Amino acid sequence: MMRFILPLVVFLVLAAFLFKGLSLDPREVPSPLIGKPAPAFTLPQLHAPEKTFSSQDMKGQVWMLNVWASWCGSCKDEHPILMDLAQQNIVPIYGLDYKDKREDGRATLRNSGDPYTLAISDADGKVGFDYGVYGVPETYIIDKQGVIRDKLIGAVTPQNLRERILPLIAELKKQ
Amino acid sequence: MRHLLLALMLLLSSSVYAGEAKDLADDPVMERRMINLAEQVRCLVCQSETVASSRSDWSNDVRQIMREKMQAGATDQEIKDILVERFGKSVLFDPPVDRETIPLWIAPFVMLLVGVAVLFFQLRKRRQTVPETQLSDEAQKRAAALLNDEEEKQ
Repeated sequence: MMRFILPLVVFLVLAAFLFKGLSLDPREVPSPLIGKPAPAFTLPQLHAPEKTFSSQDMKGQVWMLNVWASWCGSCKDEHPILMDLAQQNIVPIYGLDYKDKREDGRATLRNSGDPYTLAISDADGKVGFDYGVYGVPETYIIDKQGVIRDKLIGAVTPQNLRERILPLIAELKKQ
Repeated sequence: MRHLLLALMLLLSSSVYAGEAKDLADDPVMERRMINLAEQVRCLVCQSETVASSRSDWSNDVRQIMREKMQAGATDQEIKDILVERFGKSVLFDPPVDRETIPLWIAPFVMLLVGVAVLFFQLRKRRQTVPETQLSDEAQKRAAALLNDEEEKQ
């Protein structure tokens, strides 16, 4: 009896691990920044370069930092979802235009709509680097104390918005 | 030699493209140090490549940041720390041994030990289950005769 059960157990354990492995995305490196204070920055606004935006101004609010660029393909996928979210007025969305030419970023927003409470220009990508950005789009949820609570790598989808982002925002707003 | 060649190639390419990296990449000693460090860092966009060999934009940026930090006097370890702080330990090809990574480091040895133990007990069990056969006198004689026969023929 043992000689059948043992291989079966070994097989099942292996199968479970491999099955789990199928659903893991090796590109999604868990960010060490979750649970840490969001790196402070001051950057020029995209539409009005003479004015700046400072992350310190957001203390006391739950907010969303969405890293995007005009050259980024999947940003176009999440764009309508962000437009929709912006209309619902649930959370302020700040758009970090990452490594982009100012004119290109502005043209994109002009042509397809601007979901952002404020768009900021990170032309040289230095702020993006501090936030550990390596694939655009990326979205950060930052709480009232200025701590990063979640980081989404890749596009916002109706599913991860419903199951992951909105519940977290609702919870953080209560705090 | 490979490092030198790579450094040379990078130097050449940077002079061809003449981007903003130019003045920094002009220092061959620092460039070699940068390449050496970049070989220990994983390109997160193309995960099995090093930042030194990858041509992705992200790796370009990381190399440029390495140059800038080196210029500013940072040690290799400080630059690694900066990267780990932002991108996690998996950004290093040789992650540090600590509480979080220790299972990864010892797992192969544990598996080897388990394998050896299983083999050991299996062999012992087999030895116990195969009984020593006692031959009768007659059988012994026949066996001896057969064996001797073999010997004589040779």
